[in-house]
Amino acid sequence: MTFDEKYFNIGRLDRLSYQDTCLHHLDPRAKVIATMLFLITVISFPKYEVVALAPFFLFPVLLMTIGEIPVRFIVKKVIVVSPFAIFIGIFNPLLDTGTAIVISGVPVSAGWLSFFSIILKFALTISTALLLIATTSFPAVCHALRRLGFPSLFISQLFFLYRYLFVLMEEAMRIIRARDMRSFGRRGTGVKVFVRLVGILFLRTVDRAERIYYAMLSRGFQGDIPTLKRSRMTAADLTFMATTIAFLGVFRFFRVTEGIGRAVQGLFA
Amino acid sequence: MHMADALLSPAVGTTLWAGTAAVTGYASKKLKREIDDRMIPLMGVLGAFIFAAQMINFTIPGTGSSGHLTGGMILAIILGPYAAFLVIASVITVQGLFFADGGLLALGCNIWNMGFYACFLAYPLIYKPLVGDSQKPARILVASLVSAITALQLGAFSVVLETLLSGKSELPFSTFVLLMQPIHLAIGIVEGFVTAAIINYVRSARPEILEGMAVSRPLGAEVSLKKVMATFVVLAVVTGGALSWFASTHPDGLEWSIEKVTGRGELPEAEHGIAPVLKGIQEWTAFLPDYNFKPAGNEPKKEEAAPAWPGIETGTSMAGLIGAGIVLGMIMLIGMGIRSFRRREM
Repeated sequence: MTFDEKYFNIGRLDRLSYQDTCLHHLDPRAKVIATMLFLITVISFPKYEVVALAPFFLFPVLLMTIGEIPVRFIVKKVIVVSPFAIFIGIFNPLLDTGTAIVISGVPVSAGWLSFFSIILKFALTISTALLLIATTSFPAVCHALRRLGFPSLFISQLFFLYRYLFVLMEEAMRIIRARDMRSFGRRGTGVKVFVRLVGILFLRTVDRAERIYYAMLSRGFQGDIPTLKRSRMTAADLTFMATTIAFLGVFRFFRVTEGIGRAVQGLFA
Repeated sequence: MHMADALLSPAVGTTLWAGTAAVTGYASKKLKREIDDRMIPLMGVLGAFIFAAQMINFTIPGTGSSGHLTGGMILAIILGPYAAFLVIASVITVQGLFFADGGLLALGCNIWNMGFYACFLAYPLIYKPLVGDSQKPARILVASLVSAITALQLGAFSVVLETLLSGKSELPFSTFVLLMQPIHLAIGIVEGFVTAAIINYVRSARPEILEGMAVSRPLGAEVSLKKVMATFVVLAVVTGGALSWFASTHPDGLEWSIEKVTGRGELPEAEHGIAPVLKGIQEWTAFLPDYNFKPAGNEPKKEEAAPAWPGIETGTSMAGLIGAGIVLGMIMLIGMGIRSFRRREM
């Protein structure tokens, strides 16, 4: 993936988060808490668990459909970041070769089970994390984190980073384009030029920070970024959280998937 | 390299979250007292600068492959440990949320791996003493090289430890270490050279900038490090204790924690935490001759998992498979149903 694409992608994720669906209207805190609980529940499954993870796809699917987030966009982003988990996970089938289960005569090794478990967990956790931003917007998540007790200095870092990310990335892209125009093939992409470019970018950044600071001072900056928006937990938010917790509890502690399979087997036996 | 949610156990994930939260809280408390407001926008914009700088790649001399800045060490040098830690934490949070690099549970691990060692070990204990007061370009080069390599080695080693303690991967300790450390040695060398070059460039172009920031830099990191570590240990024990209590009330369901959690913060650690590591280091030399993926540190865990298998019958797994198919089909139908319902509404 080129950086142009990466850049376009954050812009898109950002735009999606300002849609107008009932999911987008929920209190950000409720969504942050529900997401974290979901992640912990998914990760808490033991190493070889595969089938019990299936029902958990309901959560991202509901977020995606109710929040009107394009499926392809999320799937593409999940695939793009998958190499590390696959790289580490792929050793499991190679090293853990004991036969774990036999499915209609075909032996399946324990390593493949744990590998699939890692892949499923990966898909679930990454897609849910992306969907949190896509249904909540980054600033709203930041405000939620602050109200959940994160230090305000850290939160203001996130705000600044988010504001100026796009600005500085555009600047970097202009620099890269200018360099590419002037460097035919490999020339000009060496360390020496790179150091100068980054050095210049750094100096410009510092100057920009200075200007930002004065602009903020003249608008009454006192070391904190307050928000006018007052959010309160409503009945809808509490219902959302309660439903999520019930959903997580049921599918974590009862083997629902296997039960359904057994019932169907019973029907045809 | 970013740690992924899927490779983590909840015990390891939450412990590192607690540790990172403690350091973040401590750093921001410390900073709030010691910096002026001017630093707040500067720190934020420098975080964005790291992103932008990562976009610019360069050709690594002699190899032809291309690399880019990771940025942890350069922030520590410019901003000092506390401010740099917060900036790195915010950069990794944005990476986790927007680019899905790693994930939200692994955020604690990633901030710890990439921020803590650079800011609170490499910078105060290696970079500062090596550079001293002279600030000569050659000394800056040596200091950046050593500290960048150290920080990245420790970070990579932490990824190995976190993965092994989580027990989701079968990768034996020695193989994993041999995979991770050399890669990060190369990254560290490149990072060190580039960091020093940029610092020296900024020094020669606008020396007042670095000095201006140095004034607002809090001193005495060594003393506070102890406090931070103490907080971390306390939090680790508390989380560990809470989690193992939680686990023991559901002994059948939550196999994940007990031995790993208790192995994290209390005395039995010798059994699980340090012993395999030492054993792995011991076997390091003996490992290379017979490179046959012999599991070194992971053996006990495998034995624990093994007895579970004979108990599972073919019928059970078949039922599971059928059930999973049906559940996934239902979820797809629900999703498609909502989609088409929405479309009709519009």
